[in-house]
Amino acid sequence: MLKLSKNILLDIIKNKVVIGLTLFLFLVSWSLFSLEENSSKATLSLMNIIIIVIPLISMIFTTTHYYNSYEYIELLLAQPLSRSRLIIAEFIGIATALCLSILFGMGLPMLLYSTEWLGGYIIFITSALSVSCVSIALLISVWTREKSKGIGVVLMVWFYLSLIYDGLILSIIFSFSDYPLEKLTLLLSALNPIDLSRISIMLKMDVSALLGYTGALYKDFFGSYQGTLYTLITMLCWILVPLYFSIKIFNKKDM
Amino acid sequence: MISIQKLNKSYQRFKALEDINCEWNAGQVVSLIGPNGSGKTTLIKCILGLVHPETGNILLNGKSILDNYDYRSAIGYMPQIGRFPDHLKVNELFRLLIELREEYHNKLDYELYKAYHIDSIAHKTMRSLSGGTRQKVSAALAFLFSPSIYILDEPTAGLDPISSEILKDKISLEHRNGKFILLTSHILSDLEDLTTDVLYLQEGKIKFQLAVEQIRTNTGENKLSRAIAKMLLENLYISQSSLQ
Repeated sequence: MLKLSKNILLDIIKNKVVIGLTLFLFLVSWSLFSLEENSSKATLSLMNIIIIVIPLISMIFTTTHYYNSYEYIELLLAQPLSRSRLIIAEFIGIATALCLSILFGMGLPMLLYSTEWLGGYIIFITSALSVSCVSIALLISVWTREKSKGIGVVLMVWFYLSLIYDGLILSIIFSFSDYPLEKLTLLLSALNPIDLSRISIMLKMDVSALLGYTGALYKDFFGSYQGTLYTLITMLCWILVPLYFSIKIFNKKDM
Repeated sequence: MISIQKLNKSYQRFKALEDINCEWNAGQVVSLIGPNGSGKTTLIKCILGLVHPETGNILLNGKSILDNYDYRSAIGYMPQIGRFPDHLKVNELFRLLIELREEYHNKLDYELYKAYHIDSIAHKTMRSLSGGTRQKVSAALAFLFSPSIYILDEPTAGLDPISSEILKDKISLEHRNGKFILLTSHILSDLEDLTTDVLYLQEGKIKFQLAVEQIRTNTGENKLSRAIAKMLLENLYISQSSLQ
């Protein structure tokens, strides 16, 4: 399986898309850090961009890669190789490529401009977010038959997770503002990996005061040891659960 | 060697394969023929485990292949259109497959690899190769692990006459070595001399399944393509007369 992942990874690295993504991340982070005097402000702006762009790129990249290697997958499936191993290798290959891209693209400027450990945390959470998006997109790709349909569904899911979901939560908070909803919003945020990453990054920065009472409660929860553990476990679920279903569907799929 | 029992497969309402029963042994060269969309490729994909049949079973040396993958070490498969990752170089592709099948093969068969001079294109990427050259790579890969079963989907389509002859010689050599070979082809005359058995599929059903000798004696035709055409016409005649 590792040989296979290594091959898929090498193939992806030769692919110009990942190099482009690395350059893009590098340019964005580098320009934000050099334009902004205050490095934590720059980090905040960077987070706002990254949290929208990374899921989109991860999902689209996974879907196109899966469909483009369809014949390759077919070739490998005619070999004595179990389907689970193949799909996990594909997942590991794509996820590693994206994580490396995030590490180099964002890590280098952060090393140059900011000395806080927060940078490392952001890279870690962004990578986890990216991997969970790979997992979700892989599930969608395995489940749909055509490339165009797959990309359509992926775009819709991205749109839902990054925009519509927030709107829904806001409308819930507004219409039930007479009730104590903090616990509920805490729970709801876990149902969206993008929201979860955003909140967990923001609360590591000193901007939670802007969030008012809910922010205080969040800070209380996410800032604590259990909160970090909760974030990690939920992110892990967002990676493993879609992957588990991808394997299940892929095993039963007709090529 | 391979035994297919009551195999059924449908895509939504379309029945791709209906009640397929076959019994094949080592030393046979079976030609799978039939019109487009008759289920030839679906049947091959069922044997390879690429498509899951709905009901029925496929046994290889007495063991079911369903939900199994080890058995594919005994199969060399040459697909209809060999498509490979664009960025992969020819030698990298060979290395990858050799690594993947490491635990299964003991001796590698480089005969086609040499005959097709694949060494000379080893450093080219798969994308830069022409369709025919890709077919050659595909053929060399199928024969590389000297498996006991060959599944060749339209093997000579797209090959130039010389390469096609090389491949045919190789197939007949493997046949003499007692291997089992399953072929599909639209152009029968091309593979006529190699075939020992014919399986004719139509609309997912087996129309007939006979040894070449028997087809020849039944129809009195020497040329296989003519003989099969004659058989089909007679079948048609029989079904028409039974209607009247």
